[in-house]
Amino acid sequence: MTVTLAQAINRALTDAMETDDRVLVFGEDVGRLGGVFRVTDGLQARFGDQRCFDTPLAESGIIGTAIGLAMYGYRPVAEMQFDGFTYPAFEQIVSHLAKLRNRSRGTVRLPVTVRIPYGGGIGAVEHHSESPESYWVHTAGLTVVTPGTPDDGYALTREAIASDDPVILLEPKRRYWMKADIELPVTAPPHTQAIVRRSGEDVTVVCYGPMVRTALDAAAAAAEEGWSLEVVDLRSLSPLDTDTVVASVQRTGRCVVVHEAPRTLGMGAEVAARVQEAAFYHLEAPVLRATGFDTPYPPAKLEGYWLPDVDRILDLVERVLAY
Amino acid sequence: MGIGEAIRLGRPDREGGHVAEDVTAPTNGERDPAGLLPPAEPVRLLAPDGTFHAHDDYPVELSDEDLLGIHRAMVITRRVDREAINLQRQGQLGVYASCHGQEAAQVASAWALDEADWAFPSYRELGAAVVRGVDPADLLHLFRGTWLSNHDPYEHRFALLSIPIGTQALHATGFAMGARFDDNPVVTIVYFGDGGTSEGDPHEAMTFAGVMQAPVVFFVQNNQYAISVPLAKQTAAPTLAHKAVGYGLPGLRCDGNDPLATYAVTRRAVQQARAGAGPALIEALTYRMEAHTTSDDPTRYRTEEELEEAARTDPILRLRNHLRRLDLLDDATEAGFEQEAAERAGQVRDAIYDAPHGDPLELFDHVYVADRGDLAAQRAQLQAEVAGQAGEAEAAAQAGEAEAAAQAGRSEAAAQADGGDA
Repeated sequence: MTVTLAQAINRALTDAMETDDRVLVFGEDVGRLGGVFRVTDGLQARFGDQRCFDTPLAESGIIGTAIGLAMYGYRPVAEMQFDGFTYPAFEQIVSHLAKLRNRSRGTVRLPVTVRIPYGGGIGAVEHHSESPESYWVHTAGLTVVTPGTPDDGYALTREAIASDDPVILLEPKRRYWMKADIELPVTAPPHTQAIVRRSGEDVTVVCYGPMVRTALDAAAAAAEEGWSLEVVDLRSLSPLDTDTVVASVQRTGRCVVVHEAPRTLGMGAEVAARVQEAAFYHLEAPVLRATGFDTPYPPAKLEGYWLPDVDRILDLVERVLAY
Repeated sequence: MGIGEAIRLGRPDREGGHVAEDVTAPTNGERDPAGLLPPAEPVRLLAPDGTFHAHDDYPVELSDEDLLGIHRAMVITRRVDREAINLQRQGQLGVYASCHGQEAAQVASAWALDEADWAFPSYRELGAAVVRGVDPADLLHLFRGTWLSNHDPYEHRFALLSIPIGTQALHATGFAMGARFDDNPVVTIVYFGDGGTSEGDPHEAMTFAGVMQAPVVFFVQNNQYAISVPLAKQTAAPTLAHKAVGYGLPGLRCDGNDPLATYAVTRRAVQQARAGAGPALIEALTYRMEAHTTSDDPTRYRTEEELEEAARTDPILRLRNHLRRLDLLDDATEAGFEQEAAERAGQVRDAIYDAPHGDPLELFDHVYVADRGDLAAQRAQLQAEVAGQAGEAEAAAQAGEAEAAAQAGRSEAAAQADGGDA
């Protein structure tokens, strides 16, 4: 059947709530409205307003109470309505959600999933198109995953909710309506494994989340130029499956990393560092990064200039091939 | 056996205690703000000289055993608190935040909890910890830097000390929401200070608690200063208790240096929350007699006269005078409490003094439940570094021994040479 990413995540939430009555879904407008992207559509009608409920409009409150609920014994799935509104919850995420297990010597477990629609490309107003993944990846104690396909939307959401560690689930909002012909529930490799979405021989293109589709489009276009791109979907940003990336680069000798987030200290920097550590003698060219710029996210009419696209990826592919 | 365990064993069974009638929360428009406003004067039952003045709304349901238990816990708290300051002065703790002067606010409010209730402390809650049976040495490891925490929160229903100001208010609220969802008659209390009422999280917590009717008591110890900033520069609110009204919570006030008033006001709020009447905010008026922490110099912002004035309202002296009037506390009992407090302080001292740091490899053990390959590699790196340092130390020790032996040999040879010359 044809399933969108939003529908796949909705089904994953439904199945998780059905399987475990300690799973709670809450956030702003997730109840009666079903979420501004309808990802929680129907959950309150099905499970009642104590399992899926609207909270006051306060992100720190959402994460802080999720921590208390988890300490009590619940398995909260908290929604941050947009990427740009996670910042009020930054302290609760960084100082408590990520650290409490470590501080308590493993006594306190926080099986909390924080769902965050992220990234640009939907013509949104300011603060609705951010890519804050580096903040979470840089914070020890968090697991950070991001689906790039509808089937991964289902699989990674189920895995996140089942995890006894806090998980940041970054949902690429511009891909919510992306379709796939799949039967749910799907099974997938664990989040700790990156997946090669397209095999190729000349250049490894590392991507995740919203850029998986873009990278695959770039690979299709590159094929017309006679270049064979291998597309690696990281799926998990923390932990990072270095092995799959390195194995690919050891064959291709060339690597381009793609993400929407600004370049400096983005995932591309980490991937490049790990690749040169592990595959130095296999590299035929420096690792290059097709990313957003080190500026605030632009106004909607300019986002097309800012976001990495097929052309930006192919320009870098051409450059690494020229070495 | 920890200090508080001994205290808790002495506590009577409260299962038959007063429970307010089940109350359904009114909706926004029906809520009468007048009923939420704090009283004109904070509730006070004991005058500073220890005389008792009954209050119709706040009967004190405490047995003689309870009264003595509260006094004992306050005496132990003050003595252990002093020991912690001493340990810091001797270089054994990096820093310490004293609760001297706030013993009644902490001990009496914690005394108002049932065994299954939870307390969510800030970093200055030694008195509450003592009542909950937490070994103070376990808390002091945070300040020594041995580890970040050492007690089991589930064993004591006492959460980890929270340093980011006011943030724990949300954890207490979430926990209480969970209890309400489960129809579990558990109440939470969260401790924060006058400065904490300016942070955002306690306000978000009160918003959530009001909407969710979570059984949580927000217990503000107004000790007059946030480090050096006095209350007047912290807020323009008439009182801190007034802040509750905006969230639909009753704002209550008590003399926080009066253990009986603190107990009675807290107990009523706890039992009403347990019965479904929702959360409440209590402002307990107290005074921080010590510095903010051992790193602070309070002479820069307050006077000797102010301290002398505050000392006249000392909470321990007040209850002592009351118990003496009631003939509940004789010299022998009092001496026994002092003796016990000194012994407990000695135990804390023994546990902390020169305590070795932990295993550096444990840094990797609790970060995640899941196995993390990337962390395993970093752990192996540290392990090699530690082994290398140990090896170098051993090599250095061996070299030292060899050098010493060589020197001894040279001395001997020289002696023989000298002898030869002789």
